[in-house]
Amino acid sequence: MTKHALIVLTCTALLGASALAATKVAPPKGTATISLPGDAGMAFKPGPGVGPVQANCLTCHSSAYISTQPVLTKAQWNAEVVKMKNVYGAPIADDQIPAIVDYLTTNYGKP
Amino acid sequence: MSEVDRRRFLLTAGAVLGAAALPLRAAADTVQLPFANGERPLVAFPQKRPLILLTPRPPQLETPFAVFDDGVYTPNDAFFVRWHLSNIPQTVDASAHRIAVSGEVNRTLSLSLDDLAAMPQVEVTAVNQCSGNSRGLFTPRVAGGEWGNGAMGNAVWTGVRLRDVLDRAGLKASAKQVQFDGLDAPPLPATPDFKKSLDVDVARGDDVIVAYAMNGAALPVLNGYPVRLIVPGWFATYWVKMLSTITVLDHADDNFWMKTAYRIPDTPDNSVAPGATGYPTIPINRLRVRSFITNFVDGATILHVAFPSQLQLRGIAFDGGSGIKRVEVSGDGGTTWIDAVLERDYGKYSFRRWNASVPTRQGTSTYTLAVRATANDGSTQPMTPGWNPSGYLRNAVETYKVTVA
Repeated sequence: MTKHALIVLTCTALLGASALAATKVAPPKGTATISLPGDAGMAFKPGPGVGPVQANCLTCHSSAYISTQPVLTKAQWNAEVVKMKNVYGAPIADDQIPAIVDYLTTNYGKP
Repeated sequence: MSEVDRRRFLLTAGAVLGAAALPLRAAADTVQLPFANGERPLVAFPQKRPLILLTPRPPQLETPFAVFDDGVYTPNDAFFVRWHLSNIPQTVDASAHRIAVSGEVNRTLSLSLDDLAAMPQVEVTAVNQCSGNSRGLFTPRVAGGEWGNGAMGNAVWTGVRLRDVLDRAGLKASAKQVQFDGLDAPPLPATPDFKKSLDVDVARGDDVIVAYAMNGAALPVLNGYPVRLIVPGWFATYWVKMLSTITVLDHADDNFWMKTAYRIPDTPDNSVAPGATGYPTIPINRLRVRSFITNFVDGATILHVAFPSQLQLRGIAFDGGSGIKRVEVSGDGGTTWIDAVLERDYGKYSFRRWNASVPTRQGTSTYTLAVRATANDGSTQPMTPGWNPSGYLRNAVETYKVTVA
């Protein structure tokens, strides 16, 4: 057993080595409920192409996943969109990809 | 708002619960992380004080760095939050919760928290750090969760040894890895469920625990209530929250989150040149040694320092589990170094607090402060950051330009 990092509580109580360990911590009981704020008021910038972006991207994540990125090139945004489709299973129609990439490049990237 | 005022505000505002239901325009304040496009609102999510909001859905919240100056433990309501998949239970019944254990075992188990309570209780103080902590500081920038340095925290974790759970099930000789899954689920059926795996010898380590308490209290829901895996010394990606399923595998896990995501270059220092391709990769693993000054921020102006005088510095250091041997500070950007005095040792996986003094010059002057830790395993921090395309493992020497007037 690791001397400092991990201490069986019964031993610790005898030694009085840790205030936190002096009494046994019981596992929680009962229900915990939180209310998450959804997208917390965040939204995509308006502009051409925002429709398919909202319809596809917001299925899984808030717009902040995009708006907090560093400035990405069109090729990088295209790679992100293709990754969402091929790796994460987003049902993005192939004919919508150019409009989505153009929107992301215009609003959150560079050509 | 000064840093002290900001901290006071955060401590006061932290008592207000339920504020997260408010839209962003009600956010009380913003912070500017030290990179382009790094402005972030401070928002209080449930059971949390206002934290740096990276993304609301799924929630990613960063700890304001001033919190790390308050003490060796990171309070539960200030602890960072990072989820991968947006389908997160918002109601969790601890009394009904079960951990299923199956796969390459002699006996399948369905463990309640009462079952865990009947097992030997252990505790460990350990740093939980996101693999991508500090990603926003990478140059060139990489896409991903654009964190500053606050996607980390240090807590006392209480629970039972994973090894005791595995032994109760009885591992078969065929057992190779142990896979962990939580209650969070993919938003789409085609999205890979978030599962992580450890080699059996790692999973059976002395310090790997199934934790039902954090700093002596129940885990906040956003940190994994009612129970999460604790893998001291390893990056947080393995610390599966709302742990519900343990599956013992007879092979190396080939699920997306092991085989494709969370990989680092298998190269010296795990670094590659930007744009490099064709190198082998391995799953991310242990934390790299890091240290930070906590009582000054980069760009600070420090007033009313009498001459001759010493600039008092304090901060934290940690590594991947050998413990901190030495911390040095510099007032000249790393040309000369001064030993810091280490504070109490809370264990080899914990933050280690330190104090140091740097002499000042007469008159108003600018200093480039730096801090460098060395771990007991001999590892230390490079002056120049490494680079990898996922923005993991940052551990370069941090520098802070300050003006003393």
